[in-house]
Amino acid sequence: MIQAIAFYLFAFLVIASGVLTIMSRNPVHSVLWLILAFFNAAGLMVLLGAEFIAMLLVVVYVGAVAVLFLFVVMMLDVDLAELRAGFIKNFPLGIAIALVLLAELVLGIGALSAGHLELGTATGENAPNLEVSNITNIGALLYSKYVFVFEAAGLILLVAMIGAIVLTHRDLKTTRGHQNITRQVRRNPKEATQMKQPTIGEGVEL
Amino acid sequence: MDYATSFGLVIPELVLTGAGLVLLMIAAFGGEKSSRLVSILAAVALGAAGALTLPALIDGAGGEATMAFYQQFSADAFASFAKLLVYIAAIACLMIAPGFFGRLRAMRPEYPVLVLFATLGMSIMVSATDLMTLYIGLELNSLAAYVLASFLRNDSRSAEAGLKYFVLGALASGILLYGMSLTYGFTGTTSFAGIRLAQEAGLSTGALFGLIFVLAGLAFKISAVPFHMWTPDVYEGAPTPVTTFFATAPKVAAIALTARVALDAFGSQADAWRQIVIFAALASIVVGALGAIGQNNLKRLLAYSSINNVGFILIGLAAATAEGASAMLFYLAIYVVMSLGSFVAVLMLRNGDGENLETFDDIAGLSSTRPGIAWCLLIMMFSLAGIPPLMGFFAKLEVFRAVVEAGLIPLAVIGIAASVIGAFYYIKFVKVMFFDEAVNRATKSASASQWAILVICAILISPLGWFLTRGLEMMTDTAAAGLFAGV
Repeated sequence: MIQAIAFYLFAFLVIASGVLTIMSRNPVHSVLWLILAFFNAAGLMVLLGAEFIAMLLVVVYVGAVAVLFLFVVMMLDVDLAELRAGFIKNFPLGIAIALVLLAELVLGIGALSAGHLELGTATGENAPNLEVSNITNIGALLYSKYVFVFEAAGLILLVAMIGAIVLTHRDLKTTRGHQNITRQVRRNPKEATQMKQPTIGEGVEL
Repeated sequence: MDYATSFGLVIPELVLTGAGLVLLMIAAFGGEKSSRLVSILAAVALGAAGALTLPALIDGAGGEATMAFYQQFSADAFASFAKLLVYIAAIACLMIAPGFFGRLRAMRPEYPVLVLFATLGMSIMVSATDLMTLYIGLELNSLAAYVLASFLRNDSRSAEAGLKYFVLGALASGILLYGMSLTYGFTGTTSFAGIRLAQEAGLSTGALFGLIFVLAGLAFKISAVPFHMWTPDVYEGAPTPVTTFFATAPKVAAIALTARVALDAFGSQADAWRQIVIFAALASIVVGALGAIGQNNLKRLLAYSSINNVGFILIGLAAATAEGASAMLFYLAIYVVMSLGSFVAVLMLRNGDGENLETFDDIAGLSSTRPGIAWCLLIMMFSLAGIPPLMGFFAKLEVFRAVVEAGLIPLAVIGIAASVIGAFYYIKFVKVMFFDEAVNRATKSASASQWAILVICAILISPLGWFLTRGLEMMTDTAAAGLFAGV
């Protein structure tokens, strides 16, 4: 009973916040609704017993991706009127895509009611270990069998970080446009301006 | 399988990792002043890693005993040979860099650190006996390479080269991953031995698609036709020491990796991949030769030359025998020396203001103004064209002999005929240097380390190098035997 209540609560909130994501006028609100949708999707995953994916959703999507979206949206100067203008223009295309999605949905539900696809269950070495949780299983594999590739993957992230710094970090001293107060103070008004009597066609030498 | 044995087998990689992390700290706290120290230490670390891989090559190690981490990593003689080549090429690229970047005030200690991590990635690539290790090694190498390509961040050509390399490299990684997922889906395992076992009974259509996508992704990394488009642009735009690096070390690693995937993972279905490799080989030879003819930029020309050479190396792979693999490694070793020499020679051509000269107009009549560089370039070009008694000829001879022994005579005939086209632009290079009117633009003298590398390469390629071939042949035979020990 409580499972059913939880499922309908999470499912309703996912759909509602998904709708609000595309309906809200302010893009920042959209991202916040998106984060709520992610949280509720994570709740659905917990109900399914896939707690690792639930954690991934929260940590990766909410923690990193959505916050990144938020940064981008806040930094961009979004002109709402311009966005609104594109709505009418792209309306037929939007309707067409919506119809395709609807057809797929109908087809999918129709196929499901006609009977499941039998994919079989993994056996032997690949059989699922149901006695311990997903997280324990994944952790045990990552730090034993796959320790070498796991550590090497860490090195890839390190190289990505070095690369980002190498390509973007600039020493403050070398960048242009910095105020040099000593030079400003030393500047002599008598030397700063010169009187010239230019002859036509010869130009001025400074 | 206990972990002590596994970690014992990856000691060269551990040395490189440790050195990379320590040097990164020195670079972070020492600033630009530490460039020289970091370069020297990186070269020492590469030398030490090379010394640690040597025993496996001398013993001719192979098979089960060299497998580490549940058959994900193999430290056999084949991997050791490729690693040695990669380390030597990386050390050379560290030596020539300060002279180039120093003039632009762009020498930063991150260059040796990135080269070190790229080399670590290649080291993992050549040892990979599992699709996951393969991919991790490849990405570690590629990511460092993207950054190196745009290392001169104020130069728009360098930035463009890096961006182009990154976008196309990411696409190739996607293709490779798709192929790997298909292969995994249809064989149920990511280990090479498991894939070979699963495909012994036959190749389903899905697995065939997997094989094709994997080979397409790898063909991009070795710049074989039809996935060669990026090579001239990236080689031209990247700083010349980095181009030298791209043309040598990663090529060795990617070709060794391709050979292992083809001969080990797909070893039970040689007929399926052989036609792909033959097509890529012949197309690379022809496109590499024809594409180079119209080039005026020397780095672009050498890029096409490297495409052309990859074709010959793939011919050795197409034989799918131990002799073919040995001939391929023999060619690879000589190719590394030849392209190292020619890129260093181009790097040494600078005008009075210290700017690098990169076009044919600049090298006209070089023999009268800079005879040393001109004669070394002459040796490189004749060797690349495959003219005896230079070593490039013997490399081609070995490859074609292996193919003929494997019974692929038409392939050998077409390959030899196509290699004549390539001779045209190599000889044009020599003609411009020796018979055109001198322009005397290359007046700036080069650094001692650049001279040292150029002269060593020229001596190794010259007929004097013949004395080393017996040793090299023994090593390539051991390496190929090590690869086939597990098969």
